[in-house]
Amino acid sequence: MSTPASTSANQQQTHTPVGLIAFAWTLVGVPLAYGLYNTVKAASALFGG
Amino acid sequence: MAVPSFLARERIVARPGFNRWLIPPAALAVHLSIGQAYATSVYKVALVEHFDASLTAIGIIFSIAIVMLGLSAAVFGTWVDRNGPRAAMFTSAVFWVSGFLVGSLGIYTSQLWLLYLGYGVLGGIGLGIGYISPVSTLIKWFPDRPGLATGMAIMGFGGGALIASPLSRQLMNWYDPGYDPAVVGTVPSGNAVAGLFLTLGLLYLAFMMFGAFIIRVPAADWRPAGFDPSTIKAKSLVTTENVSANNAIKTPQFWLLWTVLFCNVTAGIGILEQAAPMIQDFFRNGETSTVLAATAAGFVGLLSLFNMAGRFVWSSTSDYIGRKPIYMVYLGVGIVLYVVLATLGSTATWIFVLTAAIIISFYGGGFATVPAYLRDLFGTYQVGAIHGRLLTAWAAAGVVGPLIINGVLDSRGTPGQLVAGDYRPALFIMVGLLAVGFIANLLIKPVSEKYFEPKATDAPTAAAAPERSTVR
Repeated sequence: MSTPASTSANQQQTHTPVGLIAFAWTLVGVPLAYGLYNTVKAASALFGG
Repeated sequence: MAVPSFLARERIVARPGFNRWLIPPAALAVHLSIGQAYATSVYKVALVEHFDASLTAIGIIFSIAIVMLGLSAAVFGTWVDRNGPRAAMFTSAVFWVSGFLVGSLGIYTSQLWLLYLGYGVLGGIGLGIGYISPVSTLIKWFPDRPGLATGMAIMGFGGGALIASPLSRQLMNWYDPGYDPAVVGTVPSGNAVAGLFLTLGLLYLAFMMFGAFIIRVPAADWRPAGFDPSTIKAKSLVTTENVSANNAIKTPQFWLLWTVLFCNVTAGIGILEQAAPMIQDFFRNGETSTVLAATAAGFVGLLSLFNMAGRFVWSSTSDYIGRKPIYMVYLGVGIVLYVVLATLGSTATWIFVLTAAIIISFYGGGFATVPAYLRDLFGTYQVGAIHGRLLTAWAAAGVVGPLIINGVLDSRGTPGQLVAGDYRPALFIMVGLLAVGFIANLLIKPVSEKYFEPKATDAPTAAAAPERSTVR
């Protein structure tokens, strides 16, 4: 995690919503999973042929 | 060159409490998009037929893009460091997407030069700026695990091709129902490829803009909880000083690392370029090969997986064992594996597949680990710009690697009749190159103090007292 050890003066504390982090990871994770699935399917010919 | 205020570095300085795990998906959004560059083979034949051109004339499009990648990363690296990742990602998206749109127009109007200008030149500039755009930001957010952080992003570049290949086939099938990717020999129409370019351009625009707008830079005094920079300093070769990009290229360390990257990439390209025909040639019996075309395609897929996984796994491992030792593994074990491939590769399919897959994982690992190696040697001050200049090694390897393998194979016979022995001279040249890289890596020592910046100038990061921060 990334709480600051020292903070700048006059800076408001913030909180990053967990939902936003989950959404961001899902947005990049889903296409990556689609690509991985298709590549593994193609690579399986190597072991099935 | 000033950027609009909404793109400025000062506007994206994170407030205390910001969660750094929002940064890797921002970086991935860019790298997964520009990684499409490695999926151009899916429409190559369609373009050959549409333009009635040679494979070489179409292949030049990709070559222009890679050369422009190296040049733009080198030229714009300092600009990227000065203006921050949002400006860089935004600019990269504009160039990358313009490349697709101009390329699409070129295909619709059957003007090949527009494809050279669009995908090659404009797209290549987008590639170069996009590739380096999140690197220094990730290193600053993850000073405790720079290898893991850059490995995640650069893994995305490998992953981009895994996504774009099946997606492109599917889209071209929608735009040209006569094209069936499952049937060997069917080729999509030119208009289907033009439609594909248009669609990919719009998809990548949305994806990259998402990355550009969630990216943040840490405040100058930010540290991860529990992180003590003195523990990093305690490792050999790692500096807490800073070296500018202009000074970095005056150091022997930069050119030794350039040599390391060049040798590692050239050797990897030797296999990647020829993967499908190579496995068939290694197991050729007269006119036919015991390895079917579908199996060879599976081998290419397996290499893509190892290329991507190597970027993440090896780069993360370097955080624990150090950058210099991991390159000794890439290059030293790589030499052994190349010798095994050349001498025993044709004796059993599993030996060939296993050695090639590990070699390609080292190829990917070499790309992903190099930003952290640069951070160790030159500090974080202008690491993006230094990385950009180092990537000229990639552009050079992209020319030399295929020249070596194609030159040797051309001198040994004709495609479709080559056997394992015909590859041996090329493989032993790669062994020699890896040995040169191994020695170059051994010679890397800490950078001399005379190149260090004065203590107060951590300029891009220190400029970070934000007038107004819009961050969450």
